Amino acid sequence: MKTPSDLYTEDLTIQFGGHIAVNKVSCRFKPNELTVVVGPNGAGKTTLFNLMSGQLIATSGKVMLGDTDLTRLAPSQRAKQGIGRAFQLTNLFPKLSVLENVRLAVQAQAKVGMRIFTHAKSLKYLEQQAYEYLSQTRLEKVAHLPVSALSHGDQRKLEVALLMAMQPAVFMFDEPTAGMSIDEAPVILELIDQIKQDSSKIILLVEHKMDVVRALADRIIVLHNGELVADGEPEEVIAMPIVREIYLGNAA
Amino acid sequence: MVWGIVIVIWLGLALSPFLFHDVRSQQVAARICVFIVLVASYDLLIGYTGIVSFAHTIFFGLGAYGAATALRHMGPGWDAIVIGGGIGIVMAVILAIFIGLLSLRVKAIFFTMVTLAVASVAVVLVSQFSDFTGGEDGITYKVPKLFKPATKLLVDDDGHVVRWLGTKLNGKLAAFYSVFCMSLLLYLAMIRIVNSPLGTVLKAVRENETRAEAIGYRVVTYRTLVFCISAVFAAIAGIIYAVWLKYTGPETVLSFSINIDILLMVVIGGMGTMSGAVIGVVLLNLAQYYLRDIMQLGAEATANLPLIPELLNPDRWLLWLGLSFILLVYFFPAGIAGTMLKPRVK
Ligand SMILES: Nc1ncnc2c1ncn2[C@@H]1O[C@H](COP(=O)(O)OP(=O)(O)OP(=O)(O)O)[C@@H](O)[C@H]1O
Ligand SMILES: [Mg+2]
Repeated sequence: MKTPSDLYTEDLTIQFGGHIAVNKVSCRFKPNELTVVVGPNGAGKTTLFNLMSGQLIATSGKVMLGDTDLTRLAPSQRAKQGIGRAFQLTNLFPKLSVLENVRLAVQAQAKVGMRIFTHAKSLKYLEQQAYEYLSQTRLEKVAHLPVSALSHGDQRKLEVALLMAMQPAVFMFDEPTAGMSIDEAPVILELIDQIKQDSSKIILLVEHKMDVVRALADRIIVLHNGELVADGEPEEVIAMPIVREIYLGNAA
Repeated sequence: MVWGIVIVIWLGLALSPFLFHDVRSQQVAARICVFIVLVASYDLLIGYTGIVSFAHTIFFGLGAYGAATALRHMGPGWDAIVIGGGIGIVMAVILAIFIGLLSLRVKAIFFTMVTLAVASVAVVLVSQFSDFTGGEDGITYKVPKLFKPATKLLVDDDGHVVRWLGTKLNGKLAAFYSVFCMSLLLYLAMIRIVNSPLGTVLKAVRENETRAEAIGYRVVTYRTLVFCISAVFAAIAGIIYAVWLKYTGPETVLSFSINIDILLMVVIGGMGTMSGAVIGVVLLNLAQYYLRDIMQLGAEATANLPLIPELLNPDRWLLWLGLSFILLVYFFPAGIAGTMLKPRVK
């Protein structure tokens, strides 16, 4: 295992036509730190994530993981470097079974995807590992259902299970509990807390609910109109007037 | 159920030389074997990547012309088949890499247009380089001695070729069983690929490209790989067909209408199922070869009735073929195998 390295951005910018969605964001994320990203709707949080995990390529600026320049790499190449991403809008394989979804994420780690004459089912250990992630996310009971038959809450859990199955160095959660019922959300928050126990992991979390932010954050960064407007200790950032004005004022 | 049908069809093909003794039946049976491989390889591409290419017959053609020109110029030896076919396969792979990479750069519709253009260029090239390819007339050649009808596999005391169930054990039979065995092996290999880790990745890419990429599968690489695998199988099918027919020309391996036929076979059988390839090929070939005969019988049987014999006139076979396609697509929207295999979840 490599020594964990920092994930950082330098003047990261993306422009859609005339609209600058992320504007010169420079920020460093360290292992053993959970950073919550906040900001009003349309602030550029998801876009910033897309730039770091590779779904979008920056107009200018850099994304670095330690000494590795990720800026121009495809998402799959970043995933191999340890970037793991869960999505705000559920983004799964809808016709495949829940088990198969997770198995695919485990399989990507095992690097057997190019074997063409092995039967996939013969690689039992992949399936066993997949079951472990399913039990952690409490999805064993629905393991054999197609994803499209799951409730919204279970789909959100599966979204997290896929991320965990990637065993990444960097966990990026984009509003993981959005739309979940009050009794389902804690499962996910406990899992995030559990990942936090591993001091080598970098965790990024977009979250609106203030109680969640307070409970989990080591640090908060604030985005507004694509710019990084605040960065610091949770209590410090929450107390900042600019934050109250643009974010808490809006969200209240 | 679906796989039961597939097994019955393969068994039927295996026994066909003893069940049907006429030359035409043997031709149709061999054609079905080869086309199962060709259509399954096309299904690998369309069904497992969602990419519609009209350049698939070029891969088929490269294998066939590779073997054919070598047999023509080097003489009827196994070495000619291996060398010529090998060159054809390599060329098919090179072309597949180009087309595969292109498919990622451009939009789906535009890509389909480009493959159409490439396919027409191939047909033009074949007629231009007629010294080498035989142009419109194609190439005829001899094949290894084992496959000659005059070859006797078993002789009785008088030196006559032995018959089993009325079928002569001659070179033609050896040729048929070579076609059959090769096709079955290739088909099983493709089923294996579909069920391999690679196959599961392909299903993932087909379902959700973005997420497949995000969990670490390089979509470009996998797509290009499927293109190559699919091209190799199509090229080998071409080699087998060339050896079987002892003739290779644009009409047998390259024409645009073949590509339309195999597309129809994939769609009617069921995309992305592999079992559908077998069902689609058999249905279409039987229809193309025997519908007229059946209609002829129907017309004669109903000769005394009004109107019906007119409708059943064998000249109207295309009308009936078209009608049955429409009904098939209506009742089996995901193809025959596709609709039958679909899990019943609401
Ligand atoms: N692919 C795209 N093309 C054009 N504009 C885009 C694209 N992606 C994002 N945007 C724009 O960039 C801005 C930031 O969007 P983004 O989704 O990052 O916001 P967000 O902070 O995640 O908001 P939310 O809280 O609603 O999830 C929005 O104005 C959005 O319309
Ligand atoms: Mg967002």
